[in-house]
Amino acid sequence: MDIEKIRKDFPILEGDIAYLDSGATTQKPKQVIKAIEEFYEKNNANPHRGAYSLSIEATEQYENTRTKIAKFINAKHREEIIFTKNATESLNLIAYSYGLNELKQDDEIVVSIMEHHSNIVPWQKVAKATGSKLNYMYINDEFEISDEEIESKITDKTKIVGIAQVSNVLGTINNVKKIIDYAHKKGAIVIVDAAQSIPHMKIDVQELNCDFLVFSGHKMLAPLGIGVLYGKKEILNKMSPFLMGGDMIEYVHEQETTYAPLPNKFEAGTQNVEGVIGLGAAIDYIEQIGYENIHKMENEVLEYAREKLSKLGYIDLYLTPNKQNHSGVISFNIKGVHPHDVASILDSLNVCVRSGNHCAQPLLRSMGIDSTCRASFYFYNTKDDVDKLVAGLEKAYKMFEKYIAK
Amino acid sequence: MDELNQMYNELIMEHSMNSYNKKKLDRCDYCELGHNPNCGDEIEIEVKLNGNIIEDMAFTGHGCAISQASTSIMIDTLKGKTVEEAKEIIETFIGMIKRETTSEEELQKLEDAIAFRNISNMPARVKCALLAWHTIEDILNKK
Repeated sequence: MDIEKIRKDFPILEGDIAYLDSGATTQKPKQVIKAIEEFYEKNNANPHRGAYSLSIEATEQYENTRTKIAKFINAKHREEIIFTKNATESLNLIAYSYGLNELKQDDEIVVSIMEHHSNIVPWQKVAKATGSKLNYMYINDEFEISDEEIESKITDKTKIVGIAQVSNVLGTINNVKKIIDYAHKKGAIVIVDAAQSIPHMKIDVQELNCDFLVFSGHKMLAPLGIGVLYGKKEILNKMSPFLMGGDMIEYVHEQETTYAPLPNKFEAGTQNVEGVIGLGAAIDYIEQIGYENIHKMENEVLEYAREKLSKLGYIDLYLTPNKQNHSGVISFNIKGVHPHDVASILDSLNVCVRSGNHCAQPLLRSMGIDSTCRASFYFYNTKDDVDKLVAGLEKAYKMFEKYIAK
Repeated sequence: MDELNQMYNELIMEHSMNSYNKKKLDRCDYCELGHNPNCGDEIEIEVKLNGNIIEDMAFTGHGCAISQASTSIMIDTLKGKTVEEAKEIIETFIGMIKRETTSEEELQKLEDAIAFRNISNMPARVKCALLAWHTIEDILNKK
């Protein structure tokens, strides 16, 4: 793979920017930007509404993308793919339409301590409303969730398990297959948050046998504001709608309404069609490069970053030592220096990293820290980006060194 | 680049990393926690009054260099002032950061706190510089 050629597809990467915040959102290739432009120039109309050819074309593009996504994650049925705003909305949909209705007093919800707030806060609400209990699987010294932890926290009382396939803070790849199999044995359903994993690894929902899987388009080259909820058809069919309005109905009477079948039941109101079109183009782009190549390109840079950063004695790294369990996120701190200061100094050198609590306050609190710097990688990053990061860290450390020493 | 060195200057670094104002008072009349949930910064400001005069102030907590230094320098500036004078200085400081107050004469009242004048060139850090000032503003308004 010619990395220079690939980088040329990303207009924003021209110049000397080292963009190391793909865990927050990835940059977009021309192909995605063009697909959206083309939709508005040639095909824009409201899908599912018009009897004229333009609307039918818009409907086709919208629905073809649904089929494309179903194939992409190997869903059995295309109507198991629901479009949402993002992974957060997908998780809220599950919490409201499944959690609130299915859970009872003394039932248990289990999530990992490394979940994003979006896979914690909705469950707090469900737990409070239903009298169920929210329990956590904690990490060990290697920033991983051990099998023992899984087996001690998921019990016969557990009804819902929520797990991030990859942590947005630690980069840890969780053993979701093991969690799913174990949870099913105990009679619980499992929700996989794939927001940080699907940009980097092939996902097969039938092989995983997860009950729900959610992700955001914008972390995988697509535009902001488009997300996906995958759910097993038999479960989605039993669930009540989340948002009410146009297109999710069958017959509306003055006092009663019957709902449309899947997937429309969960897609009220005019949807983010440009987002869907953009997501389709993003998937085409990912498939054209191929996950195998993505993995190879990323891993080379990630390996280099791990090696370079671990040589800086003034840095704390929050990273599993087991390389095979680590995806493209590295959290770190310069000892004694606040991450916001480090991020500002890196910014002055055109190196973009995130600093803060990464929407994972419970995780950081459990680790005894308030915040970290986070460099996150995608296939368009290079060793040169890592060198810029390291040079920036050297600069930051030098600026603070004599004050830390006191 | 220059902006960065201007901001992380000797005065600000000293105040942020080794502040003599970072301690607990033996007694305080007012005590308020200020926090920035986005970055996790938390500072607690203590105020001891003598009549209408701010006799002593101190702070504890954690945060970035900008928020720590801003807190410490604010304490230096406000200590010994009357509550009314302090309120005026706070208003001037917030006005300076928002680029609404530009009169040099007015800005001189800020003493060392004028060092944060250029923080508006680093928009991501404005809230760090303002945290302590909003917190003390709340304290004095409650009085």
